[in-house]
Amino acid sequence: MASPNMYRYDEFDAQFVAERVAQFRGQVVRRLAGELTEDQFKPLRLMNGLYLQLHAYMLRIAVPYGTLASRQMRKLAHIARKYDRGFGHFTTRTNMQFHWIKLVDVPDILAELAAVEMHCIQTSGNCVRNVTADPFAGATPEEIEDPRPLAEIIRQWSSLHPEFVFLARKFKIAVGATPHDRAALQWHDMCVEVVRNAQGRTGYKVSAGGGMGRTPYIAHMMSDFVEREDILAYLEAVLRVYNQDSRRDNIHKQRIKILINAIGPEEMRERVVREFEELKRMGTLQLPKEELARIAAYFAAPDFETLADDMPSGDAAFENWKKANVHRHKAPGYAIATISLKAIGQTPGDISADQMDAVADLMDEFSLGEVRVSHEQNLVLPHVRQRDLPAIFKRLQAIDLATPNAGLITDIIACPGLDYCDLANARSIPIAQTIAKRFADLDRQHRIGELKIKISGCINACGHHHAGHIGILGVDKKGVEFYQLLLGGSGAEDASVGQILGPGFGEHEIADAVERVVNYYVKVRRDGERFLDTYRRLGMEPFKNIAYQEQLSAAYNG
Amino acid sequence: MRLITGDAFVEDAFTTVPDDAPLPESGGAIVSLTRFRRDRDILLARNSPVGVRLLASESPEHLGDDVRRLSLIALEFPKFRDGRAFSWARMLRTRLGFTGEIRAVGDFLYDQINYQRRVGFDAWEVPDHFTLEQFRRALTEMTNVYQPSTDGRKTIRELRGF
Repeated sequence: MASPNMYRYDEFDAQFVAERVAQFRGQVVRRLAGELTEDQFKPLRLMNGLYLQLHAYMLRIAVPYGTLASRQMRKLAHIARKYDRGFGHFTTRTNMQFHWIKLVDVPDILAELAAVEMHCIQTSGNCVRNVTADPFAGATPEEIEDPRPLAEIIRQWSSLHPEFVFLARKFKIAVGATPHDRAALQWHDMCVEVVRNAQGRTGYKVSAGGGMGRTPYIAHMMSDFVEREDILAYLEAVLRVYNQDSRRDNIHKQRIKILINAIGPEEMRERVVREFEELKRMGTLQLPKEELARIAAYFAAPDFETLADDMPSGDAAFENWKKANVHRHKAPGYAIATISLKAIGQTPGDISADQMDAVADLMDEFSLGEVRVSHEQNLVLPHVRQRDLPAIFKRLQAIDLATPNAGLITDIIACPGLDYCDLANARSIPIAQTIAKRFADLDRQHRIGELKIKISGCINACGHHHAGHIGILGVDKKGVEFYQLLLGGSGAEDASVGQILGPGFGEHEIADAVERVVNYYVKVRRDGERFLDTYRRLGMEPFKNIAYQEQLSAAYNG
Repeated sequence: MRLITGDAFVEDAFTTVPDDAPLPESGGAIVSLTRFRRDRDILLARNSPVGVRLLASESPEHLGDDVRRLSLIALEFPKFRDGRAFSWARMLRTRLGFTGEIRAVGDFLYDQINYQRRVGFDAWEVPDHFTLEQFRRALTEMTNVYQPSTDGRKTIRELRGF
């Protein structure tokens, strides 16, 4: 079995996670014995990734910065079989969710996870959540350096941080190191980008205050350059200001984005700097170079073979897959391959236990034992030899994971929606399935080009609808599901908030409306324009007119 | 309610005085920030220890230089979900250099005691049924810590030798 270059627990990490499991076991006992009320148990279970949903408990397992080893993937397959219904769901925060879990099993599941250096710590609750990163980290030629060592350092620093485990709301951090943003950085409560300053020194740019939900905001830049050794002090300073100054009187106004937009980014920066200067003077959070180097060594570039670029060719099916799902690697003769979890008509992000095991085999045979989870709910084989691509494609075909649609219109992000989630107002999955079927023709998908559709079943926006080139938001109107259309959002380096076109469409109208909008774009686009570019050039009006043409839902809203 | 400091139940040497009640003849008194502002001079002239009870929305910085003249600061948890007091305690122990007692009062959980101690709390007002054994267990469930706080504990990074 290949042993990937990623962080490995030492005795301290192992003990920490093991004790955390024992602690949660105690909390479950107290809950079952009635010593803890559900109200008291809730924040404790949430901090261990356990939600109470419509039908059962849902367990959310952290996949730190989206990096998984094959033995971890096999463990997830095992958990899916033994404790769930034989499948799992990868989320937009690169975590894995199981939706049919029994409370009494959870301590055992956590113990099984600990055996492969995994946990559910802080995958939910009002604390610093699992840190996410560019799924191409360490493989893409674009990056300044692999951002995952920093992500691991953030993971450790934020794990059970005594000051920040009862924040006003959840707090999501993402890291990146490339001009091309594949991690929706600007949509996070805080994001850190590896940058180089004018003197050629590597450091970090920090932004804060992005977020989706009912009040979508793009992050504001807090500091354009933080020295490497000061980064934890800076992040702690931001969190401290947030913990001290955030509102606590209205759950919808307690994210950091609300604070920053209420006091203004300038005032926020001043408050952060005050804390930062104090933390720097104290020095306790300073990161020694040796520690950075030690963590970075775990993620050292693998010993790539000396190869020349030689991209194999194949039949039309392979060529189509290659065109959409294969990306440039930093090492000659290697490639990055996306495994789409968006088979037409399936639930976005779902994967069966058998598929997980098969992917684990592929990881070992072809990708140095490693896979990444992307926020777009796909998997990525980060280090494959170009010459192995035909074999990989064939193996993926055999397990129904060869859908050649990465980045295309059927590569849809969708939250679990009303089919699973008790927060949802409407179903997301069937809408995603209907739209994917509508655009199933691959030639048409390629003609349309890059077009990101994102669907949420409620205002909480787990399906990132604000950041979709085309976003869809499910709403409930007197017991009937309606779908609002948003256009012009982006979760990439050109981040923007999608604009709502107007009244919602009925369940059977939304796919037609999307199709009208897409067809219009194809008709009016200029050479090389993506949907997003055309929308930005023309503005909402013409798209609105097209979307509401043949508008039957006017009757519902009149 | 009972009071834990150090590792034992202790008699409370302070009386919590409502805003409209007279101050006790002698002995420590804990008052609200409002009362402290109103009766500051009287309180400080009393020749008995003074404590101030801060709401979660009240930064200790409101006390200004008077912090140094206080023997005790009680930080209130209006709801266990409200974690502001974690930052206030930290601020008292670092920026403000407060060395007196920091007492946790209000609606907090067993599961928060360890975090409270890490950020600088050293006294806890607990329900009558709460036991010392529970208290000790709360502090020992997790052996090591990843991040520095005001307790000066060696972090995992330091234990690793970095």
